[in-house]
Amino acid sequence: MSGSEIVRQWIDERVDLREMFAPLMEKTVPRHRFSHWYLLGGVTLFLFGVQVCTGLLLLLYYRPSMNEAYESVQFISNRVAFGWLVRSVHAWSANLMIFMAFAHMFSVAFLRAYRKPRELTWISGMVLLFLCLGFGFSGYLLPWNTLSFFATKVGTEVPGRMPLIGRAILLLMRGGEDVGGATLARFFSLHVVVLPAVTAGMILLHLLLVQKFGMSVPPSVEKEGPRFGNNVKFFPNYFLRDVMTWSAALMVLLVLAAVSPVELGKKADPFGSAPAGIKPEWYFLSQFQTLRLLPATIVHMDGEVIGAIAFGLVGALWIALPLLEGRLGRNGARWARIAVLGGLIYLASTTLYAYFTT
Amino acid sequence: MRVLAIMVTFAALSVRGPAEQPASALVKSAQDQFVSDIHAQKGMTCVACHAGSDKSSAPGAYSIRRGQIPALCGSCHSDAGRMKQFNPSVRTDQLTQYKTSVHGVKFGHGDTRVAVCTDCHSTHSIRPASDPHSSIHPLNVATTCKQCHSDAAYMKPYAIATDQFSGYADSVHYKALVESGDLGAPTCTTCHGSHGAAPPGVAAVANVCASCHVLQGKFFEESPHKQAFRKLELPSCVTCHEGHRIHHPDDNFVGTGKSAICATCHIGSEPAGQMADGAHKNFRHLEAEIVSARSLLDRAARAGMDVTDADMELAQANDALAKARVSLHSAQPGRVAADLEAGAKIVANARTAGNAALRERDNRRKAIVLPVMALAGLFATAGLYIRSLERKQY
Repeated sequence: MSGSEIVRQWIDERVDLREMFAPLMEKTVPRHRFSHWYLLGGVTLFLFGVQVCTGLLLLLYYRPSMNEAYESVQFISNRVAFGWLVRSVHAWSANLMIFMAFAHMFSVAFLRAYRKPRELTWISGMVLLFLCLGFGFSGYLLPWNTLSFFATKVGTEVPGRMPLIGRAILLLMRGGEDVGGATLARFFSLHVVVLPAVTAGMILLHLLLVQKFGMSVPPSVEKEGPRFGNNVKFFPNYFLRDVMTWSAALMVLLVLAAVSPVELGKKADPFGSAPAGIKPEWYFLSQFQTLRLLPATIVHMDGEVIGAIAFGLVGALWIALPLLEGRLGRNGARWARIAVLGGLIYLASTTLYAYFTT
Repeated sequence: MRVLAIMVTFAALSVRGPAEQPASALVKSAQDQFVSDIHAQKGMTCVACHAGSDKSSAPGAYSIRRGQIPALCGSCHSDAGRMKQFNPSVRTDQLTQYKTSVHGVKFGHGDTRVAVCTDCHSTHSIRPASDPHSSIHPLNVATTCKQCHSDAAYMKPYAIATDQFSGYADSVHYKALVESGDLGAPTCTTCHGSHGAAPPGVAAVANVCASCHVLQGKFFEESPHKQAFRKLELPSCVTCHEGHRIHHPDDNFVGTGKSAICATCHIGSEPAGQMADGAHKNFRHLEAEIVSARSLLDRAARAGMDVTDADMELAQANDALAKARVSLHSAQPGRVAADLEAGAKIVANARTAGNAALRERDNRRKAIVLPVMALAGLFATAGLYIRSLERKQY
């Protein structure tokens, strides 16, 4: 008996591996012309894992204070062995993770995979998408460079203009009147403690719901009726497909990190002036462009406040998409498809418009 | 206020302005202007100046003749005790200075066409020099002087040039002041003085320029040009750089080439000409080297490499080049060469750092080749395995 078999047997005698992995071994995944879209959720989860691993490595050297943050990132990038790779992979995988989360969300929306009984899966997924955006926003400030400083300043000003609660939100986010050491400390704890803890719980819930209800088959495929071989085993068939997408994602990450490493820029100067043409990260460009397009005042109210309230309302409606579709009856599916297509066109066009005009 | 009312009434009834404007309109206009005047802001009224000579109601009884203006202004502004009430550190030597100026000397000889206080400071809307609306704010001084000095007809009796403003408007000083908004850049009064305004003499030009261009002045003092210029009665700095139309120095000024200033006196075959040509060539060479090293560092920075130290060091090469250009005023080849050598050394260090950074970039790219190949292998193996597996299963 080989060494590995001895170990396996030892564990098996105690926890019964066969019983433990039975759900995975018995699990099947529908196979049809749209089944490759299922892989997007897995690759988003994989990129989150990359974020956790690289983030833990960065934590070994990063120092969250105004005087040391920039220097510590500089140290990581230039002095720590493979520090440049870890930092670049962390930054690029953050962008890819958010991109994949959006792609996953739109694929689910277009395939109407949120239909009963999967409404909670959709809602938990939407919460995860917002958590990803929270990771992006809080992590962007941590290198404490000029761009991140002013982007955070502008980003915290928008909710700060909300009536009644705006100032309280601004003070809560900044830890004071201005973006400073307190803001950095808050964003750091949010980025490495609060968000990961909440996200881990939410991912667990999302996976449990996916496991419970299985993968949704699109209505158009359902209409075609059951066909021979329309399900494949999760393990090893689907799992190997996951491995393929994960290895492709990791290849893309490594190439991007080596060919286009993330620049650090100049250290933030709170007394300096904002650089010309400052804009947020690409995943906030749509909101940024919307606020730019809005007039300064709308019906005696601050245009940006109206914009911020509108973002909240649209977000809430988007989360409630499965419930709204059900409420609209027979035409619900048609309206939902129009809303999803409209949302995608609006997000893409405003993002591209802001990217090329700012 | 009662006195003011009386004045206005009298003026309205009895005085006519020069342009057939009713006196009431003139007084109204003066009153309107006076609101923003610093004297009004300090609590003074019309009677502070227009006290009247004979307290009568005769036409012009309250007017101030041009010939009285310097003395009238000086009656307060030369009184240190009085002026201290408003500003303890204010100057009180304006009238004394004025008397030494070309304006003041001519005025003393009875020429009332020359500038008096109100010509530069305005009459009823006098503002401090720090006020951007003031006629003597640094941005407005040249325009104020220009009113008389660019008026060929007005200046004809004095037989002096009237192209000073057009020359100055084309100068590096004007560009720095007006276009770049550098209020420390020189305007007319910086070189000529304000109340004691006079053209600097041939021997004093270097001192005037050296008040800002300290090193250039010092090196010129040590150069053989100083004695040569003195013998030829040439004004120092302006012989090469011109008086008002001072352009930004260019390396083409140096040498015996077409646009070189040195070529005015020197030819390429003589030692001084050769030195000038050598300096020109070396300046251009170091400048090109700095540009090339900067481009190398930029390339490394764009590739995510840290070249901050080398970048900061390279900035000192520009300083060395600027220093060499300044050292040229000494006309001593050794001094110029030492500065150029210091610059070249910095450039060489920056180039070494830039090349090292690019080598590191290449090493990083090479370092990921194997992992990427391994992942590609994993991708292909998984794909092939799925195919063979599903061929058997289905």
